[in-house]
Amino acid sequence: MKFTKAKFVTGMASGLLAATLLAPVAAVADGHELILPSLDYRTGPYAPGGIPYANGYADYFALLNERDGGINGVKAKVVPCETGYNTKKGVECYEKTKNIGSGALAYMPLSTGITYQLIPKVTADKIPLVTIGYGRTSARNGQVFEYVFNPPATYWDGATVAIKHVIDSEGGADKLKGKKIALVYHNSAYGKEPIRTLQALSEKMGFELTLLPVDHPGQEQKATWLQVRRNRPDWVFMWGWGVMNQVAIKEAASIRFPMEKFVGVWWSGGENDVLPAGKDAHGYKSVVFTAVGDGFQTHEDIKAYVYGKGKAVDASFEQRIGETHYNRGIYAGALVAEAIRKAMADNDTKKPTGVMVKDAFEGLEISDERWAELGLANFTGAVKLSCADHRGPSKIAVQQWDAEAKKWSIISDFVEPMDDVTTPLIKADSEAYAKENNITPRDCK
Amino acid sequence: MSVEFGFFLETVISGLMAGVMYALVALGFVLIFKASGIFNFAQGVMCLFAALTFVGVQEKFGLPAWLALPAAVGVMILLAWLIERLVLRHLVNQDPIILFMATIGLAYVLEGLGDLMWGSDVKLLDIGLPQGASDYMLDNFNLYVEKLEVVAAVIASILVAALAVFFQKTRVGRALRAVADDHQAALSVGISLNTIWVIVWSVAGIVALVAGIMWGSKSGVQFSLSLIALKALPVLILGGFTSIPGAIVGGLIIGVGEKVAEVYMGPFVGGAVENWFAYMLALAFLLVRPQGLFGEKIIERV
Repeated sequence: MKFTKAKFVTGMASGLLAATLLAPVAAVADGHELILPSLDYRTGPYAPGGIPYANGYADYFALLNERDGGINGVKAKVVPCETGYNTKKGVECYEKTKNIGSGALAYMPLSTGITYQLIPKVTADKIPLVTIGYGRTSARNGQVFEYVFNPPATYWDGATVAIKHVIDSEGGADKLKGKKIALVYHNSAYGKEPIRTLQALSEKMGFELTLLPVDHPGQEQKATWLQVRRNRPDWVFMWGWGVMNQVAIKEAASIRFPMEKFVGVWWSGGENDVLPAGKDAHGYKSVVFTAVGDGFQTHEDIKAYVYGKGKAVDASFEQRIGETHYNRGIYAGALVAEAIRKAMADNDTKKPTGVMVKDAFEGLEISDERWAELGLANFTGAVKLSCADHRGPSKIAVQQWDAEAKKWSIISDFVEPMDDVTTPLIKADSEAYAKENNITPRDCK
Repeated sequence: MSVEFGFFLETVISGLMAGVMYALVALGFVLIFKASGIFNFAQGVMCLFAALTFVGVQEKFGLPAWLALPAAVGVMILLAWLIERLVLRHLVNQDPIILFMATIGLAYVLEGLGDLMWGSDVKLLDIGLPQGASDYMLDNFNLYVEKLEVVAAVIASILVAALAVFFQKTRVGRALRAVADDHQAALSVGISLNTIWVIVWSVAGIVALVAGIMWGSKSGVQFSLSLIALKALPVLILGGFTSIPGAIVGGLIIGVGEKVAEVYMGPFVGGAVENWFAYMLALAFLLVRPQGLFGEKIIERV
């Protein structure tokens, strides 16, 4: 072929044209985003709990984008979808968001009801479902629940640590014999979760357990607290959410139930739960798996890089950074970010898939040193997940509300839950689930 | 007084007090249904919207409670005017089901508007109403009586008395009753249906504000307030949709019924019976008196 000037010009022109046409493709490739749907609820009766958590999660990824340019240079895109804490809407949100962009990499529904519905769906679609401190407890068994992770604590863990707190307060496990403990719970999949563990503990330790369900939304609980007044339990535990928490605390104060003997799960331990009760809430307690307050480097960075640069989803939230539910949102964000980082490193790619992120979760390790590097030193316990154990090590403390100072304080050490009690229950429940759903447990050796 | 009887008495008193709180919400439904035959699905959301406005103007504009109250009343009157202008006026002579559907839409609009204007976080509502159990009753009679609910009972009594005077003794009240009895006849004697609707929706808005303040003082103002309408429904079925005394008596019966059922029947069936029990009780009444305790008896001539 004879190379002529005309052909050279034509070739160059074609090359330039091709380069021009392909340029957007290259830009799309460079602009690859990590898709992280956030099934949040900023409206409706449960918004006061949903908003701080959703803000914590979104702010953490906004921080990574603004401060670090994303995760290994790839920006994270948090895609909000409003569920209103409604299971049906939650499932719709999942279906609507799972195929956005290059596909969702992890889900956080902040609802046990939605979690239950999504378990078979994420397993089929191969997208990790990360349920920190909520969801199905027996999902800890990774052999059965391959795509579900529940670090660092389950409801059953929360129940055992609440009992540990009672043991410490009463002066020994033997003192529980003959004591009365009432569980006031949201009459839903969430509220019913701890019952099994508490029943097992009741049989083991000899305390009398009274179950007092409260129907959604829990605006009116007079009959429940009349029963508490009649039965005079020594301790009351609460698995509540939304308005149920505030009303319960007020009702407990009204019947003069001692607040220091009223212990909620972490979802009953937010600022919005106690503030409406005013001074009546003084001394109320809840179990917790993250530190309280905003005294961490990450919080400072969020203030500077996210709120300071006008990148926050909810700019009006700045004064509330560090609230307990917000801190759980940060925790969830850090966990997902670390799993994505690991998935990228393990697979030498900047475009991880749901399967890669799931595999990364199964080898995820966040030591105390790593938490410190992330700007969250002493924020929570170390994380170490595996194929078989989707919860990993767990550390839970008790926090108490100071109505004068309007803040929570951690009043106990971070202690381990009673795995000896929950492990057989988890095994039985997960095996039953596997049988019902024709799942052959994976071999994790 | 034996301990068990004392507890039963306490349950009944608590039920009566809770019933008054339900009746406060039910009253708003009755007012609108009585004057226009519309079942206002948005009444619960109106309670929420009114309470949100009351707290919102205090928080955002720093108004004291005594100024926030007339401001919230003004907003509810403005809302009534807007509803008449934008919704009801265009639906005159439509089937009741169309008007009912319109109020469902209105509920969503109001909820969204409340969210946009004041946010969806819990708001403290403290206008100095007494809270907690009455120490006097607790210390002297070992009876648990909630002070806020006693105040609610007093306010409900005043409200009912004021409404009775308004309906029976004032010119506007008589016009309202005329419209309630027969729209066509009322129009033929020169009563303006549109004005009457604005008045009745305004009064229902003010009643919603009172109910919203009472419930908001109990739990903080939050979006779950809109769901208290669910508690008013069995009250209405039982008391009759057109009777103000019916709303009060219905509220008391539902309140006592559900509390007694929860406390004495709940432990045998796993608890959480009070919500469905209220509806069961209302349904049982429906079988005997379909028009409710005080509702107008429907006589169809064939």
